[in-house]
Amino acid sequence: MSLDPATVRRIARLARIGIDESDLQALQGELNGILGWIEQLNEVDVGGVEPMVGTGHAALRMREDWVTDGEARDAVLSNAPDKAGPFYTVPKVVE
Amino acid sequence: MLTELTIASAQGGLKRRDFSAVELTQAHLAAIEALNGRLNAFITITAERALDAARRADAVLAGQDAPALTGIPLGIKDLFCTDGVRTTAASRMLEDFVPPYESTVTANLLRDGAVFVGKTNLDEFAMGSANITSAFGAVENPWKRTGEPDTVLVPGGSSGGSAAAVAAGLAMGATGTDTGGSIRQPAAYCGIAGIKPTYGRCSRWGTIAFASSLDQAGPMARTVEDCAILLQSMAGFDVRDSTSVDVPVPEYRAACGRSLKGMKVGIPAEYRVAGMPAEIEAAWEQGIAWLRDAGCEIVNVSLPHTKYGLATYYIVAPAECSSNLARYDGVRFGRRVPGESLDALYEATRREGFGPEVRRRILMGTYVLSAGYYDAYYLRAQKVRHLIRRDFEEAFRMVDVLLTPTAPSPAFAQGEKMDDPVQMYLNDVFTVPASMAGVPAMSVPAGLSGSGLPLGLQVIGRSFDEETVIAAGSAIERAASFAHRPALRAEVA
Repeated sequence: MSLDPATVRRIARLARIGIDESDLQALQGELNGILGWIEQLNEVDVGGVEPMVGTGHAALRMREDWVTDGEARDAVLSNAPDKAGPFYTVPKVVE
Repeated sequence: MLTELTIASAQGGLKRRDFSAVELTQAHLAAIEALNGRLNAFITITAERALDAARRADAVLAGQDAPALTGIPLGIKDLFCTDGVRTTAASRMLEDFVPPYESTVTANLLRDGAVFVGKTNLDEFAMGSANITSAFGAVENPWKRTGEPDTVLVPGGSSGGSAAAVAAGLAMGATGTDTGGSIRQPAAYCGIAGIKPTYGRCSRWGTIAFASSLDQAGPMARTVEDCAILLQSMAGFDVRDSTSVDVPVPEYRAACGRSLKGMKVGIPAEYRVAGMPAEIEAAWEQGIAWLRDAGCEIVNVSLPHTKYGLATYYIVAPAECSSNLARYDGVRFGRRVPGESLDALYEATRREGFGPEVRRRILMGTYVLSAGYYDAYYLRAQKVRHLIRRDFEEAFRMVDVLLTPTAPSPAFAQGEKMDDPVQMYLNDVFTVPASMAGVPAMSVPAGLSGSGLPLGLQVIGRSFDEETVIAAGSAIERAASFAHRPALRAEVA
């Protein structure tokens, strides 16, 4: 599989990373280089093998459903790039 | 020189009042002052805070039962959130981020009395093998090739700032994080020891995430015993990390110097890769001989899926990174670049906030997770990862530890190997498989290359058996009696 410029643009769009048209060709070359190298995994017979999601040492734990980190609003907002009162601000989304 | 002491010996000196914690911290701050301008090992230096902490440490030391790390100056990789101290992940994205909380690992070290002298440099978001992707500039390896005083070598990545700081005597020890070798490979390049413990042994809470199923914190120090002392403090169950494992933490220090009689050491055939320099091969043979002399039985083993480790890693890690780094969108914290619409704000923020390597990995990860490619790439990689882990499980039925080289070459120079991402990725070929399997692994300095640079050997162990890894590492360290020091270091600054 090999990425064409349209696919690179589409991935960048999905990842919400703006890319300059001037970077497109270099990026396409690098990503194709990595993908070409990764193709070696097609040699491996993975029939009947379960995917490994994590290392599986920790069993999922349950806990009581109560707030454990509450009352920290000011701390949570302390690094906001822009805020209005106790709210984050963003450009207008709904007309 | 106070900057030459090990943590173990400094503990004794502080208790006996041979010197004070303030003197010890001042010696390291002076070394930072003298050398950091060149090495660039620290992004943020916290001199005032460190001196305050050292004064408190002296008060504690005057009483009984001072905790183990009271007054010990450490560097903290700038990937650990530190309450009230800027934490950047070496990214423009987090240039001005001041966490209002402390990571569990650093909180554990503070609980035990450690003094943090600053936040160490790293590859941006821990993505790199040479510490050249930091938004705050590259780190210089304090070692020099024989006869090449002007050639700037890389310290390895991503914990290269921590490795350089410890090697040059700017800190007695440091924290690192290891996703595919980011503790072990820089430790090898800088001639120090470093251990990646079992996945789940150290809490990841408050550590800026790169690839969550792989990231693991661990210590870096000049001796195996110092690593054991630091790991003792860092490790432990944390209810706030769902992947933290609730098992007792043994006395790691007691494993140092333990007899290895009857231990079975596996030598994996697949780590003899084509084109490996003869001196790496020789260091490995020497390590095998040392362990045999220490009473170990040497067993040839096979880890047949070793060669697929790196390719698997470069699917799994970017996939997880693309997901983890989605949070950096310019809304709640970090850099914001304004835009007309919300999408424009996201795109502008992420274009400007991330460097090229981070952008490349996010794009790679987004692609392998995208509709139509998920099965071909991501799902297949997860299956191969299972086979890699199975290889280790099979091997550990026959042996107690594995011995391999840590890296396929000594530290290289800035500018070498840097044109092609795949060439750069190959530096982690020996460290990645243990990361994929989640097992503990340690790098120990074993000797010098023909060009006068440190070479590391890697000991890999069973899950949660860091003790055996430390015992074997300690035996190699003793046999190697590695007393070489880098050209750039505190006492000659």
